Amino acid sequence: MPLLDVHDLQVHFNTDAGVVRAVKGVSFSVERGKTLAVVGESGCGKSVTAMAIMRLVKAPGRIAGGKMLFSVDGTTTDLSALEPMGPEMRGIRGNQMAMIFQEPMTSLNPVHTIGHQIMEPIMLHQGLGKRAARTRAIEMLQAVGIPAAESRIDDYPHNLSGGMRQRVVIAMALSCNPSLIIADEPTTALDVTIQAQVLKLMNDLRERSGSSIVFITHDLGVVAQMADDVIVMYLGQIVEKANVEELFRDPQHPYTQGLMNSIPSMAIGKTERLEPIKGSVPNPLSLFQGCAFAERCPHVMDKCRAHEPPLKETSTGHLAACWL
Amino acid sequence: MAEKNEPLLEVRHLEKHFPVRRGLMRRTQGYVKAVDDVTLSFAKGETVGLVGESGCGKTTTGRSILRLIAPTSGEILFSSKELARDGEATRRVNVADLPDEDLRRLRRDMQIIFQDPYTSLDPRMAVADLVGEPLYVHGIARGSELRDRVESLLIAVGLSADHMQRFPHEFSGGQRQRIGIARALALRPQFIVADEPISALDVSIQAQVVTLLQDLQEEFDLTYLVVTHDLTVVRYMSDRVAVMYLGQIVEIAKSEELFEHPRHPYTEALLSAIPVPDPKTRVNQILLEGDVPSPLNPPSGCRFHTRCRYAKDICRKENPEFRAMGEEHYSACHFAETLPLKPFGKS
Repeated sequence: MPLLDVHDLQVHFNTDAGVVRAVKGVSFSVERGKTLAVVGESGCGKSVTAMAIMRLVKAPGRIAGGKMLFSVDGTTTDLSALEPMGPEMRGIRGNQMAMIFQEPMTSLNPVHTIGHQIMEPIMLHQGLGKRAARTRAIEMLQAVGIPAAESRIDDYPHNLSGGMRQRVVIAMALSCNPSLIIADEPTTALDVTIQAQVLKLMNDLRERSGSSIVFITHDLGVVAQMADDVIVMYLGQIVEKANVEELFRDPQHPYTQGLMNSIPSMAIGKTERLEPIKGSVPNPLSLFQGCAFAERCPHVMDKCRAHEPPLKETSTGHLAACWL
Repeated sequence: MAEKNEPLLEVRHLEKHFPVRRGLMRRTQGYVKAVDDVTLSFAKGETVGLVGESGCGKTTTGRSILRLIAPTSGEILFSSKELARDGEATRRVNVADLPDEDLRRLRRDMQIIFQDPYTSLDPRMAVADLVGEPLYVHGIARGSELRDRVESLLIAVGLSADHMQRFPHEFSGGQRQRIGIARALALRPQFIVADEPISALDVSIQAQVVTLLQDLQEEFDLTYLVVTHDLTVVRYMSDRVAVMYLGQIVEIAKSEELFEHPRHPYTEALLSAIPVPDPKTRVNQILLEGDVPSPLNPPSGCRFHTRCRYAKDICRKENPEFRAMGEEHYSACHFAETLPLKPFGKS
């Protein structure tokens, strides 16, 4: 049984202009001890999917359908059936499941010391006293590579650099030994050198603790370095799913191919020209028939505009939603 | 008259120091040397990439060259068409000490594209006014001629005449960046500083803007300074790349040469940190630990010695000379000639 089995997840936002279907029937599973990368551009629903798993989707958004089966210690819970702020979900969130956000400055509280913020979930979920929680917080800071953790624990977020802050956020997320870590663009705001440090840290910690990671990113380089399995999302749907070697060896969906042709490091040097995907992501409110990518696709056929292609297996373990 | 083969732009010993004031009396406590003795030249039609971590001074360098920030010292020699006198094709001017009136006219020769298309466009101005404003301000076109010029600019950057009366909020990030580019192009500049031109955009849109910048360079014979932290984009766009660390250029070389034969340990470390988009080449070695030291108190000797894995005694004491390694390849490392540094993608 996988750690997390998401089945036909639907998330809708009711806006004045109509219902935005941000996530339209997404199914995937997260295996134990593995990293699943979720790739896509702004508005593809990757962050909303993450927030739905954490049950942090706020009004006007709501989970409109689907199941999210989370299996820890032999018990399986359907997260979508829980009350978002109820005791069960609060016992899971931050404890068995934790989140690392993109912007470390906005996910830390500026008026509390970092120690206070790391100790809070430890005291809440693990029932430790103040002194024991402080010891544990220092251990966590050491584990994420913060020098002089004993004194830094009393620092405020503004005393730390961006990379250090993201380490604190990671320490906070890992403090209760969660089975699932959801990381939403955790390194996008960081310099490439600091990114490399944070990625290595996350890989090391995963190996040590055996947790699973859902890694949300738009950077295919990061995907190649981190992931075991990958799902590619476009306008609220999964368009391709494969293990990481397979996806880079043989991308099947024209959108995935387009993304790979858009990154310069693959088309090396100045002599080769990049082949950008034409157009931009359509307005999620617009209703259309057929494949969501049809308007931007270089291989579009009449069939694509009339019927939506299903996500089907093209080779073992490799799925793509395309008529080609 | 400009000599043959004279670079379009030569930056010599450029410095920008920001005073740090503290305490009740706001006394100056010291200086942050954001740009510390930068020398850089640009051939006509060339693209030079300027890379480095946050706070290394790359943006300040770009803005000082345009004198959007007044440099503390140094020379910025530029062959201006706009300031040429009768009978001259261009006139060599020092941007750093140009009088205000000339500087205003020089703006027709030198422009900037900003990072964030969400904050660099006035939300209350329609596209026609945003793109037409430079033409109007410099008294180049009015009325229907202005309209025509704006229309052709919009078409040049891949937008259409239908967009003229729309406002920035009606556009996506990529389209907004195109508006910013059209605005920068309006005066037919020779030299453009592109300050992180694609960092705020989605991957598929980034490639569109990069190819647009390349097409425009060919069409209008532009010279670019591309300031960015994204090394893969720099490799793709630039003829030469300069690597900056704590206010100084530590290495400069032709783009391929820099990626294939780095001659400074900092360059090696930066290259090693780029996530390679190939799952078979997983890099597990971190060559660069810790953060950039405070520019208020930069380390003695070679500024990189605190993070350098090859550092020896001499590095702590003496500032290395910035010297030639080969054709158009310069490095500031005591051991540049002998260190076996690894190229991009191998570690």
